[in-house]
Amino acid sequence: MDPVSRKTITVDVNGERYERELDARRLLIHFIRDDLDLTGSHIGCDTGNCGACSVLVDGTLVKSCMMLAVQADGAKIETVEGLAADGELNGLQQAFSDHHALQCGYCTPGMLMSATALLRENKSPSEDEIRKGIQGNICRCTGYVNIVEAIRAAAQ
Amino acid sequence: MLLREVEYARPARVQEALRLLGANDGARALAGGQTLINVMKARAASPDVLVDLADIAELRGIELGSDGTLELGAMTTYTDIIDSAEARARPILGEVCNQIADVQVRNRGTIGGNVCSNDPTNHLPPLLVAIGATMTIVGQAGERSVPADEFFLGVYMTAAGPGELLTKISVPPGKSDGFASVPIGKDGTCIVNVAASLTNRTARLAIGCVDAVPVLLTPDSTEDAAVRKAVHDANLDPPWDVHASAEYRRHLAEVLALRAVAQAAERR
Ligand SMILES: Cc1cc2nc3c(=O)[nH]c(=O)nc-3n(C[C@H](O)[C@H](O)[C@H](O)COP(=O)(O)OP(=O)(O)OC[C@H]3O[C@@H](n4cnc5c(N)ncnc54)[C@H](O)[C@@H]3O)c2cc1C
Ligand code: FES
Ligand code: FES
Repeated sequence: MDPVSRKTITVDVNGERYERELDARRLLIHFIRDDLDLTGSHIGCDTGNCGACSVLVDGTLVKSCMMLAVQADGAKIETVEGLAADGELNGLQQAFSDHHALQCGYCTPGMLMSATALLRENKSPSEDEIRKGIQGNICRCTGYVNIVEAIRAAAQ
Repeated sequence: MLLREVEYARPARVQEALRLLGANDGARALAGGQTLINVMKARAASPDVLVDLADIAELRGIELGSDGTLELGAMTTYTDIIDSAEARARPILGEVCNQIADVQVRNRGTIGGNVCSNDPTNHLPPLLVAIGATMTIVGQAGERSVPADEFFLGVYMTAAGPGELLTKISVPPGKSDGFASVPIGKDGTCIVNVAASLTNRTARLAIGCVDAVPVLLTPDSTEDAAVRKAVHDANLDPPWDVHASAEYRRHLAEVLALRAVAQAAERR
C-alpha cells in the first residue's frame, strides 16, 4: 500500500457505524469532536498530559490527541456519550454525581473513561490502584479525593 | 492542533516498511506516537510520510529463549511487558515500564519508540544499557546487532539511522537489577534516574538525565565507597532547568546510584 494523504475509514463509535473520508493528518480527537459531533471528549492540553481526550479504542484506554484518526480505521471506539444507556446515567456516572466528583466538569469525560477501563480490569481496586488508574487524567478543581471515592463507590 | 499535511502508510511487513522509508527522505516510522505526534504538533519535526508499524506482526511479541534470553519486538508496548509472564524472567523490565507516565501512555508507547526517541529523560535507555541489552537494526544493507551502550549516540539520535528500523531488543538472563529515580511527581518525567545490574563480580550502572546519552559506569565493587568514587570520577556535567540545578543533579546521581545498587544487591 502506497502512502496516502486522504483515506476513507470505518469505525464503530458507541455501537454506531461511521464511514468518513479524511486527511491522514487528522487527530482522532478532532475526528470524534468535529466530524462526528461527539463533543463529550475534550481537548485540554493537546500535548498528551491532561487526559481530557481519553477514549477507549478496541477496549484500550488512549489519549485521542496522540493518535491519528486513520490509525483507528476498523476499530471499536467508546466515548463518554456511550456510557449512559437510554438517557439514564450508569452506575459510575451516578457515583460521580452522588460523591460530588466534579466541579467544572472539564476533566470528567476523560476521568469517566479511565475509571471505566480500570473497573473492567479490576472489579475492586484499592485506593492506590484507583489513583494509578487515573494518573493520566488531570483535574484542576476537585483535588481528586471525591473522584477516588466515587470510583470506589461505583466498584462496590 | 492541526498537523502539517502528511502521507500515511501502514505496511504489514518489515521489508515493505523499509522500502517506504527508503523511498522518501522525509519518511518517518510511527510506533506508539506518544512522542512523535506531539513533536509534529509542535512542528519540531514535520515528516512528509508516516510509516505506521502497527500492523507488522514480526515487530511484536515477547519470547523467552531456552537460555533465558528475552527477545522483545520493537512494537511491544509497556503494558504488554507489564502483563507478560515471559517478561517476568527479567523482573526489572516490567517494574520500570510500570513507572512510565500513566495508563494511556503505557498502553500505546513502545519499547522501540522509547529507545529510538532517546529523550535523555526517558526510563528505558539507562535500563537497557545497565542490563546489557542488544538492539537489532535492519536497513537496506541488511541486519546488524548493536550493544545498547553503543546504540545511543546523542539527544534524539541513535544507531538506527534514517531509513533503518529497530526490530527487536534482546535482554540476557539476570535478576540482580535495580532502578532508582527522582521523578517530577509520581511516575513522572525523571530529574535523574539510575539503573544498576550486578553479576557475581561486576557492577554496571547507567545514569540517565545527566548527559545526551546514558552514562555507563563500572565501579570496582558494589561497596558504597567504590560506587561514590565511580560517580565522582565520571565528572558529570548535567544540564540545569526549572526542576533542578546541575549541582543538585550531580548530587542525585550519587545518591540514586547507591540506591539502585542496594536494590540490585538485595536481589542477588
Ligand atoms: C504525557 C507523557 C509522559 C511521558 N513520560 C515519560 C516518562 O516518564 N518516561 C519515558 O521513558 N517516556 C515518557 N514518555 C514518552 C513515551 O514513553 C513515548 O511512548 C516514547 O518516548 C516513544 O515511544 P512511541 O512508541 O510512542 O514512539 P513514537 O512516538 O511513535 O516514535 C518516537 C521516535 O522513534 C522512532 N521510532 C519508533 N519506533 C522505531 C523503530 N522500531 N525503528 C526506528 N525508529 C523508530 C520514530 O520515528 C520517532 O522518531 C511520555 C509521553 C507522554 C505523552
Ligand atoms: S488533550 Fe489529549 S491529553 Fe490533554
Ligand atoms: S472538575 Fe474541573 S478539572 Fe476536574
